Amino acid sequence: MEASLEPKSSLEQKYNFEIVRWFTVMAVVYLVLGAAVGVYIASELAWPFLNFDSPYISFGRLRPVHTNTVIFAFGGCTLMATAFYSVQRTCGVRLWSDKWARFTFWGWNAVILLAVLTLPFGLTQSKEYAELEWPIDILIAVVWLAFTINFIMTIAKRKTSHIYVSNWFFLGMMVMIVYLHVVNSLAIPVGLFKSYSIFSGVQDAMIQWWWGHNAVGFYLTAGFLGIMYYFVPKQAGRPVYSYRLSVIHFWSLMFGYVWLGAHHLQYTALPDWTGSLGAAVSIAMIIPSWGGAVNGMMTLSGAWDRLRTDYVLRFLIIALAFYAMSTFEGPVMALKTVNALSHYTDWTIGHVHSGALGWVAGISIGAIYHLMTRLYHTEMFSVRLINFHFWTATIGTVIYIVAMWVSGIMQGLMWRAYDEYGTLAYTFVESVDAMHPYYAMRAIGGMIFLLGAVVMLFNVLMTVRKSVVSGSLAKARAVPAAA
Amino acid sequence: MSEAKVKPKGFQEWMEINIWALLIVLGLVLSVGGLVEIVPLFFMKNTLEHTKFPEIVWDKSGREPIVTVDEAGKTAWNWQPGDGVRPYTAVEVAGRDIFQREGCYLCHSQMIRPFRDEKERYGHYSLASESIFDHPFQWGSKRTGPDLARVGGKYSDEWHRQHLRDPRALVPESVMPGYPWLDESYVNGKSVRRHMKGLRLVGVPYSDADVESAPALLEGKTEMDALVAYLQVLGTMVKLDDSKAYRE
Repeated sequence: MEASLEPKSSLEQKYNFEIVRWFTVMAVVYLVLGAAVGVYIASELAWPFLNFDSPYISFGRLRPVHTNTVIFAFGGCTLMATAFYSVQRTCGVRLWSDKWARFTFWGWNAVILLAVLTLPFGLTQSKEYAELEWPIDILIAVVWLAFTINFIMTIAKRKTSHIYVSNWFFLGMMVMIVYLHVVNSLAIPVGLFKSYSIFSGVQDAMIQWWWGHNAVGFYLTAGFLGIMYYFVPKQAGRPVYSYRLSVIHFWSLMFGYVWLGAHHLQYTALPDWTGSLGAAVSIAMIIPSWGGAVNGMMTLSGAWDRLRTDYVLRFLIIALAFYAMSTFEGPVMALKTVNALSHYTDWTIGHVHSGALGWVAGISIGAIYHLMTRLYHTEMFSVRLINFHFWTATIGTVIYIVAMWVSGIMQGLMWRAYDEYGTLAYTFVESVDAMHPYYAMRAIGGMIFLLGAVVMLFNVLMTVRKSVVSGSLAKARAVPAAA
Repeated sequence: MSEAKVKPKGFQEWMEINIWALLIVLGLVLSVGGLVEIVPLFFMKNTLEHTKFPEIVWDKSGREPIVTVDEAGKTAWNWQPGDGVRPYTAVEVAGRDIFQREGCYLCHSQMIRPFRDEKERYGHYSLASESIFDHPFQWGSKRTGPDLARVGGKYSDEWHRQHLRDPRALVPESVMPGYPWLDESYVNGKSVRRHMKGLRLVGVPYSDADVESAPALLEGKTEMDALVAYLQVLGTMVKLDDSKAYRE
């Protein structure tokens, strides 16, 4: 059903690859920027003089710059590139509207620019992962709807009979993000860049973490599972392992993930029933998550030897391994007894990064390398550099999460430790002091990951240059469209 | 359209060939969790402790000004610490705005859990009723620094000022950034008054006098003054009784 029999070059005329190229290259640029800011703020925690007593680079203002750049700039551009690419390929038609796609590109990049121009000045709603102030929130909603409607309309005019599984996941993400973003951002403006949430206290906390966990569950998981379901089979050259598993994975994720936010608020002033409900569903989520990971990995059955030579496939499969690990760790941390220890500690940060660096970045990087050769009609500038990137990304991630496991568990244990007289064994600041080596280790892990990202950007830009110099892209574009 | 060509065998396949069906079912499935977990919090009485223990919340909010200021700049309080949870005064609102602006909530929680070690370190566990006027909530999710829910009154104003200017001068192991710029600007009373009007719109019970006195209360106050005033009120509004079970 796919266009594989057509001459490669006519794909340029049939589909809108231009918009995919823009998003793809920008995703890599934002990966470098977001990781660089991350390394800087990690270093501020290890060596606080780096705050330089400057408001614009102090930790509290830069941390949202990091999260917004990696989640919305890098993650968003990756999602938009892969969604626009795979929806055209799996539906066998061009995007419903080129104009709306261009608006999505410029609008989304405007959001990112505005984020970078407001957050360092302390213009924030102070809701985690939803910091941007109300005018930018409105722009996000408009751009997101343009993205979603274009995607839906492209599916509506498809040539294939069935909607492919990757598109289900993208759709689920798009619909849920509309819900989450609109409800969580409801606020009363009191100035151009200042507003107050219409919710307060306990209700606001629940709504914030309903948003917060589903930014992870839908934006960073369902969307990237859409990537997995398209790019892993394509790269491996084999169909998805099990259709039935895909169906189960999809619907249980869609139904279940929404409930998990409450596990962020266990033992707080949120009523116990809500937190416990969130924890119970969290534990049940191991099954669909692992079903999905198995489905992705087993797609390789019969082609395992390709892992030896195919570096892109390696990225995709190691990402699935991290997905399986984080989706096991998450439910464990939602258990009340574990949560009593892990909440408020660096363990949470480690967990997020095993998902973010290992899974989200891994699957994105794999998909981007896959896209590069098809979008620029040439091989990558250097396969050895992809291999180098693979090892820096993996080693950097492992160092990062191990550092945070140790520091997080140590913090949790130090805070609750008693001496033989029945008084608290440590002051708070002793726990801060004990974190120093792990904060330094985390910064180093991040630097290694960043190095790989810089190498990727170089490799991507050199590939673009190669396609321009060799004329491969121009040649592909020059072929007149087949009628 | 391709939908007409295939006759679906069952519900799943129907959704796989009909994008609108898939969208509608998704819309329904995705809304269940939020509806079950969020909506009851607005209606169930036992969510907020002051429905059972009304003394937690100051009963004069909105009817009497919290604090008044005369022409000489002298303040007179109608509310005393321990009288119950009340809206933040103009100075505290200004301080809270700065707390948000600087991202303090990223490293400091304001939510004490009901554990022995947290009680000894920070005080009585936090109640939902204590943050009813917090738009948005400031419970936080991380303790790179200590919890601040009951930090009010634990240190002197002067300690806070010095600590905010240069944390490592007082606590050598600290990793907190310094905030020397807070001494350099004054708080704008008129914009705080506008902020309080906004807060009143979302349900914070301010009296007209609370809102209108904002510029006078903030006369000559620096950002540092405002932030310290906010920190010093945290956890002091209500006196909690260890013998009462506020939550099951």
